[in-house]
Amino acid sequence: MQTFLQNYFPNVLLLKQEFIDSTIETLYMVFWTAVIAGILGTLLGVVLVATGPEGILANRFIYNILEKIINVCRSIPFIIMLALIQPLTRFLTGTTIGTTAALVPLVIGVIPFFARQIENALLEVDSGVIEAAESMGTSPLGIIFRVYLVEGLPSIIRVSSVTIINLIGLTAMAGAIGAGGLGNLAITRGYNRFQTDVTIVATLIILVLVFASQFISNTLIKKTSH
Amino acid sequence: MIELKNIDVTFYQKKQQINAVQDVSLTIEKEDVFGIVGYSGAGKSTLVRVINLLQRPTAGEVLINKKNILHFSPKELRTQRKKIGMIFQHFNLMKERTIFANVDFSLKYSGLSKEQRKEKIERLLDLVGLSDKKDAYPSQLSGGQKQRVAIARALANDPEILLCDEATSALDPKTTIQILELLKKLNKELGLTIVLITHEMQVVKEICNKVAVMEAGQVIEQNDIVSIFSQPKEALTKDFIRTATHIDQALETIIQHPSLTNLSGNEVLVEFSYVGEQTSEPLIAQLYSKYHVVTNILYGNVEILQQVPIGNLIVILLGEENQRERALDFLQRQGVKIKVLKDYEGTKNIVPLQVI
Repeated sequence: MQTFLQNYFPNVLLLKQEFIDSTIETLYMVFWTAVIAGILGTLLGVVLVATGPEGILANRFIYNILEKIINVCRSIPFIIMLALIQPLTRFLTGTTIGTTAALVPLVIGVIPFFARQIENALLEVDSGVIEAAESMGTSPLGIIFRVYLVEGLPSIIRVSSVTIINLIGLTAMAGAIGAGGLGNLAITRGYNRFQTDVTIVATLIILVLVFASQFISNTLIKKTSH
Repeated sequence: MIELKNIDVTFYQKKQQINAVQDVSLTIEKEDVFGIVGYSGAGKSTLVRVINLLQRPTAGEVLINKKNILHFSPKELRTQRKKIGMIFQHFNLMKERTIFANVDFSLKYSGLSKEQRKEKIERLLDLVGLSDKKDAYPSQLSGGQKQRVAIARALANDPEILLCDEATSALDPKTTIQILELLKKLNKELGLTIVLITHEMQVVKEICNKVAVMEAGQVIEQNDIVSIFSQPKEALTKDFIRTATHIDQALETIIQHPSLTNLSGNEVLVEFSYVGEQTSEPLIAQLYSKYHVVTNILYGNVEILQQVPIGNLIVILLGEENQRERALDFLQRQGVKIKVLKDYEGTKNIVPLQVI
């Protein structure tokens, strides 16, 4: 085993500690972005559904503004956004490089994406069920928390999984601004220095993360749908 | 109990104005089982949603127990809605909750303790005959069972009114009857006022005591059920009733049987309809004993609506012409409506879609 690794993945062995650190950095970025963008994105998604044309608190004005902002944000390629956001990053974190600094563009990039996903997930809830809840005298907040978020839970889990997998990919790009992580390792060490084995192993670890989140989400979906 | 005054509901779609409901006024009294019938697009679903303001009318007043609910604050409206139950064509149960949790949904803020809620839910499920299903999920139930859960859920806050929007349209005939029986029972035992929307006259004749007929957003006729069935005025009403009594199908079959319609000189094909205490037997017997006219019944249908029999017969009368005329006269004096469909010369044609 040792010889196999030495022959085919020599650089990986040398960089064992770097691999561990990079994996932790990737997990750090994914985790905190997921939490912050998850909460804010869900909030935004719920507001979109509520103020939308068929919504329980329909408000064309608010809805149109939010729509436009989200569309603009989604149109900017992430790697360009990383650069554009720099002044804000510096303002919020005091620096423009590193994993914590990377959280700023990551969160700003994921929020509109996730908000859209949540909006779509919630719109899948049968409008007849919403009508029934209204006919029972449920308040708008009641409908959001007790109907949309409960009946839409399997869909919410599904779109969260899609978002996290997308996010893992974005963290790889964040490596471009010295944020560390597996993407950074794969590009700067593996690609730029022609250490292909490093690239391959970094990619494999990312794949493991992706499959793990897919597996967790499938299990959760099975548990929450009847 | 419910008064709708001059209700208008107008939608604007792509610069087009759609008058879904036009100047409708209805009064529904306590413990009525009020049917609203019409074809698809007549505006009945829109109208029933005005009662609990799921649809705000563009004009008119909605009075429940004499209070105009259009002036209610959102909170007052929600409280009022708890007193109006509603069931739907596609049940609208919450898929991710058990039956128990579905019925519990509107009890959450009712001020009852957990124990009291449990007791109430079990009582409601027992009332609709589903006690053994309380931990099941909607996907595990049949259509009839789902509708019964929906009824239990609608009754959770002891409403005075139950709105039924095409509640049986997605169910098979047998299950439909079971649900209608349940609604009838609730009306009698709980004094529940029921408003029933449907496009099937059979549903109406099962349990309603009053009917309004809608077409193109307007109520074209409304009356108590016996009057509607025995003396329909508008063409659409007559059309509905005939589909409910299947008389047109019978006429079609009869027309296609030449043996039935090749009349001899002393025969005539007639359609009778009558209401109430005049049952067909004694009258037909009297046709023979008084006028020597023999009655050959080709088709007979007697409905009992709110305990009043309403009958439709298609017969061939055999007898000498004068006697036949006197017999028909006699029947008319007894209040039987008569339509001669065909006689020997074939001078009268059978026109199935017109009613007496």
